[in-house]
Amino acid sequence: MTDRLRDGFRFVPIYRRNFLVWKRLAPASLVGNVIEPLITLLAFGYGLGSLMRTIDGVPYIAFLAAGSLCMSAAMASSFESLYSAFSRMHVQKTWESLLNAPLVLRDILLAEWLWAASKGLLSGLAIVLVAALLDISRTPMMLLTIPVIASVGLCFAAMGLVVNALARSYDFFNFYFTLVLMPMIFVSGVYYPVAQLPTWLAGVAGLLPLAAAVDLARPLFLGAWPDAPVVSLAILSFWTIGALWLASRLTARRLRV
Amino acid sequence: MSMTVATPLAIDLREVSKSFGDFFALRDLSLQVRPGECFGLLGPNGAGKSTTLRLLLGLTQPDVGQIHVLGLPVPGRALEVRARVGVVPQHDALDPDFTVVENLIVFARYFGERGAAALRDPAPLLEFAGLTHKRDARIGELSGGMRRRLSLARALVNDPELLLLDEPTTGLDPQARHLIWERLRRQLASGRTILLTTHFLEEAERLCDRVAIVDHGRCIALDRPQTLISTHVERHVIEISRPPQLADAPVPVARAGERIEQIGDLLYVYTNDAALADQWVRDSDGCRVLRRAGNLDDVFLKLTGRDLRD
Repeated sequence: MTDRLRDGFRFVPIYRRNFLVWKRLAPASLVGNVIEPLITLLAFGYGLGSLMRTIDGVPYIAFLAAGSLCMSAAMASSFESLYSAFSRMHVQKTWESLLNAPLVLRDILLAEWLWAASKGLLSGLAIVLVAALLDISRTPMMLLTIPVIASVGLCFAAMGLVVNALARSYDFFNFYFTLVLMPMIFVSGVYYPVAQLPTWLAGVAGLLPLAAAVDLARPLFLGAWPDAPVVSLAILSFWTIGALWLASRLTARRLRV
Repeated sequence: MSMTVATPLAIDLREVSKSFGDFFALRDLSLQVRPGECFGLLGPNGAGKSTTLRLLLGLTQPDVGQIHVLGLPVPGRALEVRARVGVVPQHDALDPDFTVVENLIVFARYFGERGAAALRDPAPLLEFAGLTHKRDARIGELSGGMRRRLSLARALVNDPELLLLDEPTTGLDPQARHLIWERLRRQLASGRTILLTTHFLEEAERLCDRVAIVDHGRCIALDRPQTLISTHVERHVIEISRPPQLADAPVPVARAGERIEQIGDLLYVYTNDAALADQWVRDSDGCRVLRRAGNLDDVFLKLTGRDLRD
């Protein structure tokens, strides 16, 4: 039993390795994962907000901030599980060295998954913090968005690892960003309510993980309970678990282990 | 079936076959490496050397055959094996984001208890690698030889009983190569077992107690380097570079006691007869002539052929 327990923590030094690299490159990383989404939020929020004032009775900047929590978490964890994980797997051969140590692929994937999710969490947290500081929203319930942000990170990190397992080069990720993530952001209610979409599209969008996350995070951020939290959580879990399963299958096949 | 022995073989491969699709990487390969031995795995590209290393680490499964490393079955107990083995990969997979000493420390953490000593005090490993003065340098600032030494030091963070080295000196200049050889001899002297793959037959001759020549996934010769040479190659080799006007001339007919081969514009004469060798050197006036002893290169080329392997 203690052996089992110890085996379960074999991923820790790998996670720590990624953290150490991040700590070294933190300034550049913070600009990408934190400052950039904040600039987008403030520019669109105050810029468009001056034209629209409110959506569904909520100031536009508050509406957008609630969506941005999820979006920036999704983007940050995707970047990490795509470009960064790919460079460790394929370019720097870091994974190869790890497999020469007493570690298995599961340990590596677990570490990469949790690490990429952590970067998403960090990115989303920064927005919560700034939203509170700028008085965009100040309800204790907004703290409940933190587990939602973490779930978004876990979900998009897992999906990124699937794409990572299929990629032949960095260029491959352009397809994923342009054809999958960008459209998903625009139909998931980040910038405008899903109600604006054609019915069929809204129906499809409702099954996407980002829309489910926004459905959870927006009411909490504004101080209310989500309408159907169980459904949203089920959708997020479905994508996360499905992607994790697929990522481990595809990566094992790719590395022939 | 097997005898109970006090010290198990460091490596024991029995009739191992491995194919990828319809490509046979290994066929019926059997190898036994004794503790403390330096064993060389020679073979052209694609002969199955890297597959053998992956099999020993449990990174890929054999189709048939049994593998034991340090007395433990692989892949069944591969993790325990890897905890006691050090690996120097062909391409130094060092972490470019870390300094020299951080590379050692971060890697030591992956080994838990077995890496604890190196984690606590990496200084002896830095000294072994001759990189004490480069302790805080980034990997990008190191020369090829320094990187290889660091890779070697990194493979020692878990105080391994067995070292697996995949072409340890490929791409290094002679000074750097000699330095690596010296470090490897120190490892042997301290009782570790070494299995290395190499293209440099000089490396195998200098370091290895025994070598196996592998081709198309089969072991085609296995012995001490000197025995292989004396078994397969004549004592004297004369390489004669024929001038262009003679390049199309027919290959001279071999007399009794000699063997002649022509490759490109080079004529190779092999003989055990010193007088014959002297005569060839005298008769080849005006050509560039090299007279040397038979070596492992000759064995290798004789057994695996001279076709280019890509």
